[in-house]
Amino acid sequence: MTKGYVARRIAIFFLIVWLAASLNFLLPHLAEVNPIRQRLARLQAFGVASGVTASRATGEEKSLFEETVKTWERKFGLDQPLWKQYIRYIGDIARFDLGFSIVNFPASVLKMILQALPWTVLVIGIATIMSFTLGSILGALMVWRKNSPLLNILGPPVLALSAIPYYLLGVGLVFLLAFTWAFFPISGGYDYGRVPDVSWGFILSASHHAILPALSIVLAQIGFWGLHMRGMMVTVQEEDYMQFAEARGLTDRRLFLRYAMRNAILPQATNLALTLGLIITQGVLVEVVFSYPGIGTLLFNAIRNLDFFVINGIVFIIVLSVALSTLIIDLVNPILDPRIRYQQA
Amino acid sequence: MNATLQWVSHNKLLTAGLVIVTILALISIIGPHMIDEEGTKIGYAMPDQPPGREYLLGTDTVGRQLLPTIISGMGLTLRVGIIAGALGLAIGVVLAFISGFYGGLPDAIIRGAADTLLTVPVLLLLVVVASTLTSALTVNQVALLLAGITWMGATRIIRSQVLSMRERAYLEVARASGANGLQIIFLELMPNLLPYIAVSFVGAVAQAILGSIGIEALGLGPQNENTLGMTIYWSLYHSSQVRGLWWWWAPPVIVIILLFIGLFLMSAGLDRIANPRLRRAG
Repeated sequence: MTKGYVARRIAIFFLIVWLAASLNFLLPHLAEVNPIRQRLARLQAFGVASGVTASRATGEEKSLFEETVKTWERKFGLDQPLWKQYIRYIGDIARFDLGFSIVNFPASVLKMILQALPWTVLVIGIATIMSFTLGSILGALMVWRKNSPLLNILGPPVLALSAIPYYLLGVGLVFLLAFTWAFFPISGGYDYGRVPDVSWGFILSASHHAILPALSIVLAQIGFWGLHMRGMMVTVQEEDYMQFAEARGLTDRRLFLRYAMRNAILPQATNLALTLGLIITQGVLVEVVFSYPGIGTLLFNAIRNLDFFVINGIVFIIVLSVALSTLIIDLVNPILDPRIRYQQA
Repeated sequence: MNATLQWVSHNKLLTAGLVIVTILALISIIGPHMIDEEGTKIGYAMPDQPPGREYLLGTDTVGRQLLPTIISGMGLTLRVGIIAGALGLAIGVVLAFISGFYGGLPDAIIRGAADTLLTVPVLLLLVVVASTLTSALTVNQVALLLAGITWMGATRIIRSQVLSMRERAYLEVARASGANGLQIIFLELMPNLLPYIAVSFVGAVAQAILGSIGIEALGLGPQNENTLGMTIYWSLYHSSQVRGLWWWWAPPVIVIILLFIGLFLMSAGLDRIANPRLRRAG
């Protein structure tokens, strides 16, 4: 791995982030969506903005509406020419200033995201790592112990579970384990009336709430990792070094752990890094099902309330995390596996 | 008959998957003729009725009858999957041939685009596009949108096959006997690629359906059409699971789970035909 490769790879990272940010800025403008107008029109329809319903709006009230729109546009800088807005936007993004939420106006988007992020990262991250471990072991054993009756009965249904979207499993789990038998709370991140702090009571309550969302991800993901691992193990088993190691009379345990598993796990590890980069989108709908206070629920509510700046901010954070995880993979993989040589990107 | 039985016993996974998917498809084709479309309209029936003699699968909070809603929803969801899957496959195969056959710059561009798009979460793209549109999407627009992001799988699988087949002896023979490019593609390559194309198609359909249900469950789907995903969205919106209205959320969830398991079995079965090495995995 040369200095040139690293530099080029980092340059590509910034290029991707810049492209994504520009697209994120341009798309709404191309579609000529006016977030302020839409939001106010909706408020007006509910009779909040100017105290009358849209159907009864008279000429005077309409001009009042236009004036309100103008005032808000000025406040959000939407009355400036496009290129000025763009330069300001890129500058803001570079300083991680994602603007303000239209719906909860004084709240900044970054603050809302930072509040939700730990919930998502912790629960879905832990669930992903757990299913990676369990799934890899299951997949490897399904090839290694081909004749085990337990694996032959248990394996295929677990693999098939991977075909089901997480959140649908979640819907079923809520009904069974929270509604029918109240083992777990139905929704939320912690008990109602508790204030998030660092105390055993809070941690206990938060873990209790996290089990079901995590379980629905683990159940569905084990099969995904198992399938990949099984495929890798079949390939590894045929390699010459496996036959040679077997001929040397190494123990079965050593063959399995040090020779087969160790070689098959590398592509899995790459995949794990990619999946961890996708952590935020993976859990969006699971969080919605459980009304979990993470990024997914934030996104869901932003979509529901037409809060475009929050949607844009979350999209940007997701792109950033995906780009960052591919960058890390591309930089770490050549160190892990000397067979990988990146001469030309 | 004997040959059929033998084929079935050799392809148990594929057969099981085909049976499940065919049954679901038949229900969604025949079903609409047996039900009253009016029942899918809001306010048609008494709200929140459990399944019973009058309403076979009950009704939801806004008075839709659920049986007709789900049957027509199955048709819509399958339509999204098939349109998007077929289009995505077509795009993917054409790009794979250009990429694998001509190499060079077109190959670099197509491969780069596929690899980059593969790392972008599908749901995210859909959220961005759907939330910037001023009007709600229709079923066909959702399908078109999904076709644009389901082609990469096909491109990767077929490209690598085309690359390995390009240098085989039978192509040399065909070339030497004066076959032109199109003849080579359709008479020599396509028949050998069929299992891979079938795997790609099933994969693209599953991905398209997954994507469509995903944005629908987020509330960004076609608001006025009762696809399965929209039924799930409304049932979540009205918190049906915690109100004990199991007949609202359970049927669409079960149908979708069956559909995904059917597609999964089909692709696992086809995979075994395409990659003989997997058969040894047991």
